[in-house]
Amino acid sequence: MYGTYLRRELAGRKKQTMIVAIGLAIAIALVIVVNALTAGVRDAQAQALESVYGVGTDLTVTGAAAEPGEGGGQRFDFGSEDGATEGDTTTLSQSTLMTDFMRGTLDATVLDTVTATDGVTAASAALSLTNSTFSGELPSGGFGAQDGTAEGTAPTEGDAPPQGGAGGGSFGVESFTVLGIDPAVTSVGPLASVEISDGRALDSDDAGALVALVDATYASTNEIAVGDTIDVAGSDVEIVGIVASTSDSADTAANVYLPLDTAQELSGAGDVVSTVYVQAESAASIDAVQTALADELPDATVTSQSELASTVSGSLSSATSLITNLGTWLSIIVLAVAVLLSVLLTLSGVSRRTREFGTLKAIGWSNGRVVRQVAGESMVQGLIGGAVGLVLGITGIVVINLVKPTVAAAAAGAAEGGPGGTGGRPTGGGGMFQTQQAADIVLQAPFTPWVLVAAVGLAVLGGLVAGAFGGWRAARLSPAEALRSVA
Amino acid sequence: MTIADIAPTANGTDAAVPIYRAQSVTRTYRQKARTVKALTGVDLTIDPGEFVTIQGPTGGGKSTLLQLLGALDKPSSGSLKLGDIELASASARELTRIRAQEIGFVFQGFNLIPTLTAAENVNMALEPASLSRAERSARVAQALAHVGLDDRGDHLPTELSGGQQQRVAIARAIVKRPRVLLADEPTGNLDESMRDEILTLLEGLCAEGITMIVVTHDSAVARRATRRLRLAKGTVQDITR
Repeated sequence: MYGTYLRRELAGRKKQTMIVAIGLAIAIALVIVVNALTAGVRDAQAQALESVYGVGTDLTVTGAAAEPGEGGGQRFDFGSEDGATEGDTTTLSQSTLMTDFMRGTLDATVLDTVTATDGVTAASAALSLTNSTFSGELPSGGFGAQDGTAEGTAPTEGDAPPQGGAGGGSFGVESFTVLGIDPAVTSVGPLASVEISDGRALDSDDAGALVALVDATYASTNEIAVGDTIDVAGSDVEIVGIVASTSDSADTAANVYLPLDTAQELSGAGDVVSTVYVQAESAASIDAVQTALADELPDATVTSQSELASTVSGSLSSATSLITNLGTWLSIIVLAVAVLLSVLLTLSGVSRRTREFGTLKAIGWSNGRVVRQVAGESMVQGLIGGAVGLVLGITGIVVINLVKPTVAAAAAGAAEGGPGGTGGRPTGGGGMFQTQQAADIVLQAPFTPWVLVAAVGLAVLGGLVAGAFGGWRAARLSPAEALRSVA
Repeated sequence: MTIADIAPTANGTDAAVPIYRAQSVTRTYRQKARTVKALTGVDLTIDPGEFVTIQGPTGGGKSTLLQLLGALDKPSSGSLKLGDIELASASARELTRIRAQEIGFVFQGFNLIPTLTAAENVNMALEPASLSRAERSARVAQALAHVGLDDRGDHLPTELSGGQQQRVAIARAIVKRPRVLLADEPTGNLDESMRDEILTLLEGLCAEGITMIVVTHDSAVARRATRRLRLAKGTVQDITR
């Protein structure tokens, strides 16, 4: 009879049952979608970071940021005999490889210090560089002629836009990013999240050799293939492989990858590195390793992945903020309203059924039996809401995954100098070099078993709360008063 | 079929022991700021198998007395016994058990659950009993047959006349085989022919051993009783003679 009575009562109060179930369904669907989007955004953040820092990097060690006025910048120096002069015009071409002018470098021995630190399982060092090629024609005497010196200097970063003409000349500057890496270590660092799409990877035999890997997007844009050579700091470097990100929607960390010692030599930077990528023994030991490294290397900046996550910007950042703030609060508010509605309607239902419950108590029903009846009805309403909410939520997830919204992610940090130079001309001024890794990432909303658990859990919770209030009200009814109230 | 088929408890009652014995029973209520004395000192003895009616003016305490007799409420003072059980000091659990096993209620407004069929309404009174589904179904069928509604078991209350609804309510009251049947204005909502039909049914149940206590305003109902009580100003008078 319990089930029959329950079913008949719910069917007899279709309107109330529908309102409660739909309210809970909307709330649960919202929670499911927001939950899935949050997971999707988290995955997107991880993707954005992996494309820059590689898979498995827990910490990065970088040089301190350069003070304003320090660090210099891209600079081309020409001797009076450089170039070919014809009439009043000198044709010049020069390629330089420079470290990041915004951030200081670290002595290469830092890698040994990091590797020797307790809790570190793997580490690799990289030198972040930018190769710039100046080519064009300048009036004989160059810029230097203007102030009477014998030698000329091309514009440096931060000066006037380095393109166009100057006193009748015409020139351009092309740049691409270069990352010097340890060819023997691929488990951690930028190459941990790439795959060879053509040619071969670098290996320990390539140390000191003029060989390089090229990012697939950069290679495609500039029509570079395995076996070609590119000019890096005036040297011909052979392309031995093309690398692509393991993520479909992101580029790799740099345009060109050189063996670390080759990069150090070509840039003339000496025995230095820009970033050391660190893998800790376990997630639990990351904080301890970070503290130990900060103590060991007081002049360096030690950054954790969670701190790196905050460097992800662009529309992905907006999406994160929107989902975290608006989505979460919206879910909580709608859920609270739905549960409140459910409680109020249940209480109202108990009040309307005072005579019914009084009669049931008069014919021998105990308080517990009446409470179980009321709670059971609320629970079933909640479960109906949960089932509908689950269907709505999954539909929402499917729609999101079909629409495949893309969010722009830009990760700033240690490996500044993403594939900003794609052969085109820098845009001039202070923004000459990009300092962020930008990518359009497809936002996926993954469905996990936890979503199912959450839906059922919330439905049961909503039903329990409403049932508890309704049952409490029903239990408090004195049978005599309940019957008297309608006498 | 008679009540003997479905009410062995009623037939097994010891006629020597009064079914109810009330001594100096009072019942007062707090109603907002004032105290209402519904019963001021009721002394009463009812023997098994009696058909007792309680009459009196509106607000005279009839329904209050019926609720005390039905273990729905407790006296404010005095002693009220159902057989050997002191209702005034019984626990809530014991009162629930008594309502579930020993007392049947019939209300003026029938108080059937509108979403359940006649048979399901009757079955609701067996919910507290530990009976098998088959036994419950058999008892429900017997009770409905006893009130002449064996062919109306699957009808909803709205599909039945007032008299039929009251007969369903009586079937619900007797299906648990109670010792006492308490009825509060059982014919108040019925026309004359239906009233007689219900009274005949109640008389028949009483003749089969169930003690019948009926609150009524209707003198025609009171005339069918073996004993007539009048409740006025919170006390009971026997006006049978």
